[in-house]
Amino acid sequence: MEFINIFIKSAFIENMVLAYFLGMCSYLAVSKSLKTAFGLGLAVIFVLGFTMPINWLIHEFLLSENGLFGMDLTFLKFILFIAVIASMVQLVEMVVEKFSPALYAALGIFLPLITVNCAILGGSLFMITREYNFSETIAFGLGGGFGWFLAIVAIAAIREKIQYSNVPPALRGLGMAFILTGLMGLAFMSLMGIDPALLAGGQ
Amino acid sequence: MAETATVKEAGKTKEPLFGKKEKALITDPLNDNNPITVQVLGVCSALAVTSLVYPSIVMAIAVIFVTSFSSLFTSMLRNYIPKQVRMIVQLVIIASLVTLVELTLKYLNYPIYKQLSVYIGLIITNCIVMGRLEAFSMANKPWRSFLDGIGNGLGYGAILIIVGLLREIFGKGSLFAGSGIAMNIIGPSPDYWINTNESFLFGWYTNNNLMVMSAAAMFIIGVLIWIQRSWNKKLVDVS
Repeated sequence: MEFINIFIKSAFIENMVLAYFLGMCSYLAVSKSLKTAFGLGLAVIFVLGFTMPINWLIHEFLLSENGLFGMDLTFLKFILFIAVIASMVQLVEMVVEKFSPALYAALGIFLPLITVNCAILGGSLFMITREYNFSETIAFGLGGGFGWFLAIVAIAAIREKIQYSNVPPALRGLGMAFILTGLMGLAFMSLMGIDPALLAGGQ
Repeated sequence: MAETATVKEAGKTKEPLFGKKEKALITDPLNDNNPITVQVLGVCSALAVTSLVYPSIVMAIAVIFVTSFSSLFTSMLRNYIPKQVRMIVQLVIIASLVTLVELTLKYLNYPIYKQLSVYIGLIITNCIVMGRLEAFSMANKPWRSFLDGIGNGLGYGAILIIVGLLREIFGKGSLFAGSGIAMNIIGPSPDYWINTNESFLFGWYTNNNLMVMSAAAMFIIGVLIWIQRSWNKKLVDVS
């Protein structure tokens, strides 16, 4: 049950984009068309779902005090995490290219750009500050990725429609995207009252 | 672009240490080329820290440090970095500087370190740092890159502090809460987390909780962009 709780919590209630501003750069840059937003969202779920368990294992078995080296090496976490993320993205890119050239062509440049998506590194850092265990980490990775996917697909759909509206020139594009994100954030905030633990019948 | 022009002229004649172009490197990002409102870089990591002014200032200083020194070091190494692995090299430089910042902050001011939590680490993936390294430092001399880094850090910090000021004054009624000079501006209590109903000199204001929520930061930046583009017509999005 804990798995589902954390999934729902990280996807809806504490949405990465709308509550923590993670991954805003690509969120704003890629949300002009629904199709690319959809592809990038899928890629983020994929990368987040893979890197977080790996980073958890590294943190637990290499860097922590009762790890392989028997000393506290956590100050190395930034460098190691970003290296894992960069290489994972590279790997994902190769796998996608091999098995699904169509998806690879659709994602194009956005796949390598996931490396510098704050949501990926942010997920790994949140996992440490919140002291998740392994299965919770997997749930958080998948849930966070799904929340990110949901947010970017929603904003892309809205931005496609708002092109036909008469927005003040100075607000067109970026300014409007910020205000829309704020409104979406308010909408998601209404989910805050939901306690997944109670829904699941637990205490 | 102004940047390509400076690249061409650099190295022709002996440049003054702090001439007009160097000054432009610092002042440009404050308005015409602001990293947040114009280049749309670095919105990612730091908006969550802007609910109070003091963490915003700390964050701004940290980002200025990282942008300036990573630009300096990348620029110094630019002729030795192979093109294919430049991303990794840049990330390692940035990650080492951020580790330095994190440990320093942890030593100097633990409560703020706790409050900023993951956002200090997220300076690594702050697109400003990476974007400036790619766009400027890889093609420019160290001193110019250093100034460019400071300028972009300042432009970023300016937005951060403006948003922080608005959110703290209207959300908590205080100013600089959490620091040594915490003061009550209009709110019910000088100490924002002891939210008593005792009225002080300026206790007439009821805190607006919307400003504390993350959505308010989005609205404020949206409106800032609106104001800036109404003034500065050449920035208006034509698409």
